[in-house]
Amino acid sequence: MTGTPPREPEKEQGGGNTPPRRDGVGAPVLAPAATGRRPPPGPTRPEFWRSPLRGPWLTAVLGTVLLFGITVLFVTGLLSYAAYNPDLAAVNDQTPGKGVLGFYLFPWPTDPPWLYRLTQGIHVTLGVALVPVLLAKLWSVIPKLFAWPPLRSPGHAVERLSLLLLVGSVLFEFATGVLNIQLHYVFPGSFYTLHFYGAWVFMAAFVVHVAFRLGPTVRSLRARRLRTELRVPAERTEPEPLDGTGLVPARPAAPTMSRRGLLGMIGAGSLALFAVTAGQSIGGPLRGTALLAPHGRDPGSGPGGFQINKTAASVGVRARDIGPDWRLTVRAAGRETVLTRDRVMALPQHTAALPIACVEGWSTDDQHWSGVRLTDLAALVGLRGAAPAVFVESVQRHGSFRSTVLRDNQVRDSRSLLALRVNGADLSPDHGYPARIIVPANPGVHNTKWVTRLTFRGPA
Amino acid sequence: MNRFRRLYGASPLHLLLASASFALTAYAGVRLFESEAMEVAVWLFGAAVLHDLVLLPLYCAADRALGAVPPRALNHVRVPAFISGLLLLVWYPLILSRSAPYASSTGLSPNVFRERWLLITAALFGASAVLLLLRQWRSGRAA
Repeated sequence: MTGTPPREPEKEQGGGNTPPRRDGVGAPVLAPAATGRRPPPGPTRPEFWRSPLRGPWLTAVLGTVLLFGITVLFVTGLLSYAAYNPDLAAVNDQTPGKGVLGFYLFPWPTDPPWLYRLTQGIHVTLGVALVPVLLAKLWSVIPKLFAWPPLRSPGHAVERLSLLLLVGSVLFEFATGVLNIQLHYVFPGSFYTLHFYGAWVFMAAFVVHVAFRLGPTVRSLRARRLRTELRVPAERTEPEPLDGTGLVPARPAAPTMSRRGLLGMIGAGSLALFAVTAGQSIGGPLRGTALLAPHGRDPGSGPGGFQINKTAASVGVRARDIGPDWRLTVRAAGRETVLTRDRVMALPQHTAALPIACVEGWSTDDQHWSGVRLTDLAALVGLRGAAPAVFVESVQRHGSFRSTVLRDNQVRDSRSLLALRVNGADLSPDHGYPARIIVPANPGVHNTKWVTRLTFRGPA
Repeated sequence: MNRFRRLYGASPLHLLLASASFALTAYAGVRLFESEAMEVAVWLFGAAVLHDLVLLPLYCAADRALGAVPPRALNHVRVPAFISGLLLLVWYPLILSRSAPYASSTGLSPNVFRERWLLITAALFGASAVLLLLRQWRSGRAA
């Protein structure tokens, strides 16, 4: 069998159901390796690890959940990266050195309008809910960290290095994600750079880990039926048969919990995290259930009583920047028009019901925006045919995403507006007064607030 | 083939896959470490060290300390403690008010999370205690 990781030669031993010795006296039933030398006292000795629940079956169950969960996280993460249209313009690109890692990029669509709400809501909520599964998986394999001898062969060294990268990067990805959604920017550098390249470092190790372990995992899962296992109470819980994996305890303690109990506890942990988080993405009356998530409450009531990513004050937007002296400049090659807010209001007004969806996973329900279609603004500067991409600039003085480029498919969507009003009232300063971009399925930070200049990029 | 396996300790496919993986790791890693390389390395490898050698031993020790609880009640303490600790682990920046920009960015009060977490914790232990009482009552009646 190729692709099998380096293992002790006695791997297939203990395939029967002989119960392991429980006396703990003398040498463990299986020698740790054919070295003849006993490991130093402590966690390197097989009898140090006592939990009767550890074993290849338990690890396989947790690994399978992570295999599916992390695959969804990776795909939704790549989609989120594409949603920023990083290949379109330098201002959209948080990771200009990405090289081939952006090979799959495609123009982000505007339909369905809740697309980013869905993909990013899944990415963040699922990531949060998988934390206990990840911790349990790492707990289930911890004896292998202390395998003795630490390096048996070059192949074993290669595998251990790969596992260090796997564990380090998966914790790095979960940590940066969990910290970023709480605006706790303690990580060293831009979240986009760290989380994106970190994801590729992780995937490189994850794919080979799956390749090496899939066979043993499937065999372990087949060795006992989940449904049967879930009927065993704590007092009848036996350790898995001793094998060469190093996971099954050589000197197991008496069980205080069944495998059903452990899996139930992990599931309850996931469920609890889901329950206090998901409401910030689902919205509506369920928002209030997101008790510990950052966007589980609405900031006030009334037309502007929906989620704010960055308030005007927090990014240095001053009253005079958005007061009566505010002007909107619309430009294209050789043409320029400067409009007061009243002039913009006098242009044909259209409405669109669209959500705000943030990379941090939270989103709003559809808000009722009204304003001028981006295609009408393009027509003002002579672009009457198919509208091109547009460079959008804000009066915002500091912070990221003061400017962005919207792709032509986004500009041409009839629901894409330079919005002046929302839910029947003028925009509030925190929602981008005097005018903001709203585009279906667009990541929140690309729906630029406090817009002062639109530069169409010439005929498409 | 056998000679290779004896020297390397695994199949040639193992080495091929691992080499491909390390090459991709290096490609992404160069970009990950482009700025603040030292700190990023501390975060990346420190995460593994911190988890394996600090967090995991700590919660294992905490779990062993539960050994003093009578077996019948053990999981009635273990499960709510696990869930409460998990909620704190994930949401500690908000619960412990460590997120400086939160209030000014979102326009929301940062002062609700600690109380909510404490109340959730109280509810978890309370519900677990009620379940334990019910079980004791039922086993008392059955006896």
